[in-house]
Amino acid sequence: MNSAETTIAKLRAAFGGALTVEQAGSQAVVVVGKERLREVLLFLRDDGGLLYSMMTDLFAVDRFGAFPRFEVAYLLNSLLVKERVLVKVRAGEGESVPTVSDLWRAAEWLEREAYDMFGIPFENHPNLRRILMVEDFDGYPLRKDFPTEGYGFDKPFKVSLEEGEPDEAG
Amino acid sequence: MADEKKYMTINMGPQHPATHGVLRILLELDGEIIVKATPFIGYLHRGVEKLAEARTYHQALTLTDRLDYTNGLSNNLAYCLACENLCGIDVPKRGRYLRVILAELQRIAAHLIWIGTHALDIGAMTLLFYAFRERETILDMLETVTGARLTPSFIRIGGLAKDVPPEFPGAVKAFVQDFPRRVDEYETLLTENIIWRKRTRNIARLSKEDAVSYGVTGPVLRASGVYYDVRKAYPYSSYEDFGFEIPMGERGDVFDRYDVRVREMRQSNRIIGQAIERLPDGPVNADVPSIVPPAKEDVEHDIAALIRHFKLMEEGFRPPVGEAYGAVESPKGELGFYLVSDGTNKPFRFRIRPPSFINLGSVPKMIEGQMVADVIAAIGSVDIVLGEIDR
Repeated sequence: MNSAETTIAKLRAAFGGALTVEQAGSQAVVVVGKERLREVLLFLRDDGGLLYSMMTDLFAVDRFGAFPRFEVAYLLNSLLVKERVLVKVRAGEGESVPTVSDLWRAAEWLEREAYDMFGIPFENHPNLRRILMVEDFDGYPLRKDFPTEGYGFDKPFKVSLEEGEPDEAG
Repeated sequence: MADEKKYMTINMGPQHPATHGVLRILLELDGEIIVKATPFIGYLHRGVEKLAEARTYHQALTLTDRLDYTNGLSNNLAYCLACENLCGIDVPKRGRYLRVILAELQRIAAHLIWIGTHALDIGAMTLLFYAFRERETILDMLETVTGARLTPSFIRIGGLAKDVPPEFPGAVKAFVQDFPRRVDEYETLLTENIIWRKRTRNIARLSKEDAVSYGVTGPVLRASGVYYDVRKAYPYSSYEDFGFEIPMGERGDVFDRYDVRVREMRQSNRIIGQAIERLPDGPVNADVPSIVPPAKEDVEHDIAALIRHFKLMEEGFRPPVGEAYGAVESPKGELGFYLVSDGTNKPFRFRIRPPSFINLGSVPKMIEGQMVADVIAAIGSVDIVLGEIDR
């Protein structure tokens, strides 16, 4: 039994029907409901035989046209068994996902990025602001219905001036 | 009055030479001590992940050069590994060895930029000239192979753009012979230098637990005493064939990060030496005509190859529906690409796992309670490239 299979077997024993295995083989991909997400991640992090102590990545995928629309993926890395596991959770538009930034500090920025790019709100995140785009940016660029060239690319940039000052650019 | 302490707020950046790009850090200061630091990023955001979704798999390769622009070949390699995992392609031994040589040369070049600019930030200017001298030698070699200095796009899906020219192995061997002496030179300037030690020892420390929790990778993680290197943990491109050590630190301070990188350069040199000695003959590209374009000579003489080349460049290829992760140990840390394919010729999701972005997340933790001047040492020691952070 390789370590990916061990991980899946352990998860099955602990959570049973609460998760579905999407891909076995060299790298496991499991899907969980968002109610049990934190439980599953905490189990993976703290189980003595697994110790997926590092969050390598956290990102979202927009499956435009499918319901629920978004997938949030957590790529965990174990320094102990030298194995990666991908945990996915699905969320509809405007639906929130519980934060894991208290479990891994790395998730704080990564969740901000997922929020910035896809507009997925993370519950109880300490500081959910845009991170790469400007704060007053309109829209979520990595959504599939967002045009690649952006909105209003053919119009002149807005110039924000101090209050009361005449708008010389216009 | 005592509990109504007022902190001074200053902006470091976005235009500050020591931030190595356009990074702004908002510092709250109590005298000269940092109470809180908040980085602001995104000034260089070009939307690479979005742009790649509108390009075929072959075309998206050119975007990867422009992430961490000191390190084009490792970026190419990480992306190609993800594509190869997605399509199930196996690159021949010669292709793999050449990839290792190129990636390790690029690692040394990237570390040389780092050591030069980091020392310059702290006030040791001489080293910059020494480091850039050797970097120039490497870039000359890379130029003879790839035709470019900064954005090679040379490592392609399924292998390389072409085989290396016959003079390349000789040039590499000469470099491998000469380089350890050069590293000694850098070390005489810094390692025992008392000013350098005072500026770097016990500055901007990051504990083992914090390093893991912040997801930090690369030399910063190893300086904190965590043994993790993608080349050892998940060997790719035949790294398991070579003998090399992973340099480790103990205290996780600026000096340890310096020390880890310097020793890492020596190890990279060792890997290159072994790879060039044992470089096998044979093809560099995988024999998968539906994905790997034909050799340039064939395109010039063979109509079938010309058509295949045109089809692949124009339409690209269609990988099976699925998803795959490919990662390399870039000079900055674990650089990964997560590709989601929906069966069309363009990636459905092109996720970059940027090491600099995640490493920068730990900087506020490092510099809390330190002096303003140490911020510069801390940023330099993490070795960030804003092109990769902002994407």
